[in-house]
This record gives sequence, structure tokens and C-alpha cells, in this order.
Amino acid sequence: MLLLAASIVISLSIGSAALPISEVWGILIDQLPWLGDGSAKWDESSVAIVTQVRLSRILLAVLVGACLSLAGAGFQGVLRNPLADPFTLGVASGCSVGAAFLILFGYQTIVGIWTIPVVAFGTGMITLIVVFALARARGAMNVETLILSGVIVQAFLGAFVSFMVSMSSSVVNEIMFWLMGSISGRGWEHVKVVLPFLIVGFPVLIRFAQPLNLFVFGERHAAHLGVQVERTKLIVLLTSTLLTAVAVSMTGVVGFVGLVVPHLVRLLVGSDYRLIVPLSAIGGSIYLVWADTLARTALSPKEIPLGVVTALIGAPFFAYLLYRRKTKQGGAI
Amino acid sequence: MIEARELTRTIDGNLILDALTFTMEHGGMYGIIGPNGAGKSTLLRLMSGVDAPTSGELTLEGKAASAYGRKELARWVAVLQQGGLDPANFTVQEVLSLGRYPFQNWLGEEKRDTGPLIDRALEQMGLLHLAERKIDRLSGGERQRVALAKVMVQEPRLLLLDEPTTFLDIGYQVGLLDTVKRWQQEERLTVVAVLHDLNLAAHYCDKLLVLHEGRLVAFGAPAEIIETELIDRVYGTRAVVVPHPVTGVPQLLLQPSAESGAVETRG
Repeated sequence: MLLLAASIVISLSIGSAALPISEVWGILIDQLPWLGDGSAKWDESSVAIVTQVRLSRILLAVLVGACLSLAGAGFQGVLRNPLADPFTLGVASGCSVGAAFLILFGYQTIVGIWTIPVVAFGTGMITLIVVFALARARGAMNVETLILSGVIVQAFLGAFVSFMVSMSSSVVNEIMFWLMGSISGRGWEHVKVVLPFLIVGFPVLIRFAQPLNLFVFGERHAAHLGVQVERTKLIVLLTSTLLTAVAVSMTGVVGFVGLVVPHLVRLLVGSDYRLIVPLSAIGGSIYLVWADTLARTALSPKEIPLGVVTALIGAPFFAYLLYRRKTKQGGAI
Repeated sequence: MIEARELTRTIDGNLILDALTFTMEHGGMYGIIGPNGAGKSTLLRLMSGVDAPTSGELTLEGKAASAYGRKELARWVAVLQQGGLDPANFTVQEVLSLGRYPFQNWLGEEKRDTGPLIDRALEQMGLLHLAERKIDRLSGGERQRVALAKVMVQEPRLLLLDEPTTFLDIGYQVGLLDTVKRWQQEERLTVVAVLHDLNLAAHYCDKLLVLHEGRLVAFGAPAEIIETELIDRVYGTRAVVVPHPVTGVPQLLLQPSAESGAVETRG
């Protein structure tokens, strides 16, 4: 938590207009109504940069990172599949189809910003069902087959989204950035959309953390110990997809966050989901704040899409996990 | 304790269990035996309430097994599955505390201090020195002991065992059943075990229930069940039944068929 706070503040001070950390702190504290005395101690443009531009963007990174990591932890737990994540399962792409449709054809202005996550959730769920149907052979789901199905569906849906982009009359450049995953140009209204979903999704996953621990030994085993297996699976899958949907609606497909973060958390604290779930949320926030800081500063003033940064980190990580699975076949999560 | 009336189960149109009727008393140790595909594991799954019967009734203490809430049932019925625990990145100690799940709130907490309970189970199963070891670093036999310790921690009144000795060396097989038997007698547990090995079943069980092609063929004390005719009818092999030289319990000696050339009859 402290690490997260520190990351936010440091990241706030990094940018094309450099501000010292002390000034960032000062501006932040001034914003708190019970501390700020209203006197203009700070340069107005600095205040604007911190509160208007950077703070909202960084908070969005915090929330989206938490959403994606939680979704990844949820998928991994309930599917007993260490390679599962919103991106590798194709759910993120599924959500992006719904979101892209609304954004590209301009329906969002008519029905409001809230409809995007809802529609994205719908297409995400449909995608998940299709991926499961592809992967399931005689009731059993193999780890690799499931991911393969996810990748196939993702390739198809990716092409479909590109097709929609080429058909639309919108400014293609802007859409391309969204497609590659980015939180540039997002503001407070986006933060306000993500927050309620996270406030609902987070406790739900915490509530099911202990049943997820029992899933490690198999579904039957969990049932014998008193877990309502079908209900648990349904709720965790729905929640994870919902969190993915809202994240994708705001930032496009930012891949591999839900894969990398829960695994790093596992390396640190072990396999207990009561720790993995909350720490993944915090870890995901930290991870995405830094990834986004890197995205906007590495080649400043040019910006790298956030999805590119996370993929450059995430894909090799995925390869490493796959390799490790191969070397100790049948190994535990 | 357990009552089945006309208990029938079909899976995808195939009749797996055909109108079973029997009663199992409190505090007994029962064995379910029969050839592969006779429906033994299906019967055990109905008893554990995970599956519901297609028709007929199976009641546990007067209430249909499938009508209990999952957590409610797990507070007094424990199941030891075939093959034991899958490897996982948990320590033995953590696995045992997961065994308390039916009594825990959503945070995994319980009012009662379960430390002594877990320690006793570790001690009984000879696992104290492995308490901090991750279970994916244990051998198959050790994992099976952990699995049994976990159901002990659950403090059940009814224990269901699904071929608990499969994949174990003979030393572990006897050791495991010894432990179960001792525990059963001390705590007055009811135990129902699906067993493959008829000789072990004859030794440890008070009564044996014989299934053949989904039907109940016989239900009685080992001395009534383990006899040449019945074994031939159910398993399709002629075996010799002799009393165990030490315990006197009927034991089977398998016998190759005469035309195989493996037998030279003596005298």
C-alpha cells in the first residue's frame, strides 16, 4: 500500500514538465479540503498538470491495473490454469469488440459512457463461453488447449475489430491507440466509471478467496469440503469478466497484466488466495502506474501505447511460464 | 445412519445403479466391493451428496443426502478421494487448516482454536516432521497420509473412502487401514469404503456390500460373502477360500485356470 502511494507520487512528478517531488506533495496536500488554505503557493500550470492531467491518468492506471490483475487471479484460480489471464483467454478481445463497436459508431454519446462496460461485458461473456466450448473435450479442459482456444478466438476478434476500424469514419489514429491499449487522454469521468465496478468486484473476489484455495485440489475435492462448486465458478468468472470489461472499455486491450502480477505475488507470498487477491489488486496498480509512466516518458514527447509496454514485458514472461511448465510437467500452480 | 430405498442412478441413459435397498447402521465399518464398472464409486458419490439419485431415495440420518447444503453436510461427512491429493504449493499444515473449511467464516477464521486438533492429526499420521513441507515435495504415500489427516481434522461422523489404498505399497495399505480402523473404533465413526482388495476388505470391514452390474448381489458379514460360489459369479474367476492362519478371517487365494498350463495340481 505504501509502495503504491509512493509510486503514485513519484510517477506524478515524472513527465515532460519536470516537477520536484516536494512540490507534487504540496499540491496534493493542498487539494485536501481540510488542509489546503486556498492560498496560491504553487504555479497554476503545475497545479493543473498535477491535478488535471497526471493525477486522473495515474488514478485510472491504478484502477485499471487492479481490475486486470484481479480478473487474472480470478480466472487462474477458478480454472486451475496458471496461464489464464483476461488477455490469453480472449476475454479482453471479446470485450473490445463490444466496446469498439460503440465507440466507433458513436453510440456512446447517445446512451452515455456507462453503456460501454455493459456491452463489453456481454461480448466478453459470449467470448468466454465460445472459448470454453472450443477447449472442452469430454468434460475435461486441458491447460494448454484452453489457452490455444483463447488465442484463436482472440486472433479472430482482433481481425474483426480491425475490420470495424477500417469501416468507420472516425479518426483512425486515435482508435488505433485505443486498440493497442492506452490511457492517454483519459480524465476524471473515466475514473468515475471504473471505480464502482472495482468497489463491487473486489469484495466479491475476496469473499471467494478461501473456496478458490480448495479448488487447487480439484473441483470434486472442493465440493466434498462444502464448497458450492458451480456457484463459485459462475460468480468468479462473471466478476472477472466484468472487471475485464470495464478496464477494456476505458483503455483498450492492455495485455498480460493479469498474468504477470498474480504470478509475482505468488512468488512473494505463496498460494493462499486470501493474500493473492488483495495483493494482486495493489500489485496490479503499482505495475500499471509504472508501465504507464514508462509509456509516456520513455520516448517523450512521443508516447508509446501502454498495451505495447505491457506486452513487451508480459509476452516473455508468458514464454517463461510455459517453459517452466514444460520442464516440470504436471507441476503445481 | 444410511438408508437406501430403490436407489437408482442412470448416467446418459445407462443404468449404473439398479434399485438398491439397504441400511447401514451407526458406528459400523462397511466395505463396498465388486468388479470394475459395478457402480461402487457412483454409489459413494450419491452418499456424499454430490450427485442426486435418478429415482429412489438415499437418506443420511433421515434426510435425503442431496437435500443437505454443501457446507452443512461437510461438517459431518468427509470423503477421502481416490488417488489422494493433487500436488499443490501448500504446506502440510496449510492443507490441514483448509480441512476446517466447513467450520470457517469467509475469512477462513474459526472461533475455536484448531491448533491442537491439527497437531493431533499430524501426530497420528506421523507427519509432524513434515508439517512445514510443501505437499508437491512429498511422495505419493505421504500425500495420502496428508489427505487422511485432512479428513481427520474435519471431525466427521461419517467417513467415505473411495479406494483409499490404490497406488499405495502394501505396507502403506495396511498402515492406512489400521489407522482408519483405530480411529473408527475410538470415535465411533461410521465408515463406508470402496475397496478393491477383498482380503483387506474381509479383515477390516464388519459388513460387505457386493455390487455387480449395478445390482446389490449380497450384503453381509465377510464370512458369508467371501466364498467360492459368490466370487465366481461376480468376478468370473474360481478362487480358493482359506481361513487366515493367524486371524481366521476368510481369505482368497487366486488360482490360474487349469488349461493355462500354469498349474500342476499336487496330490
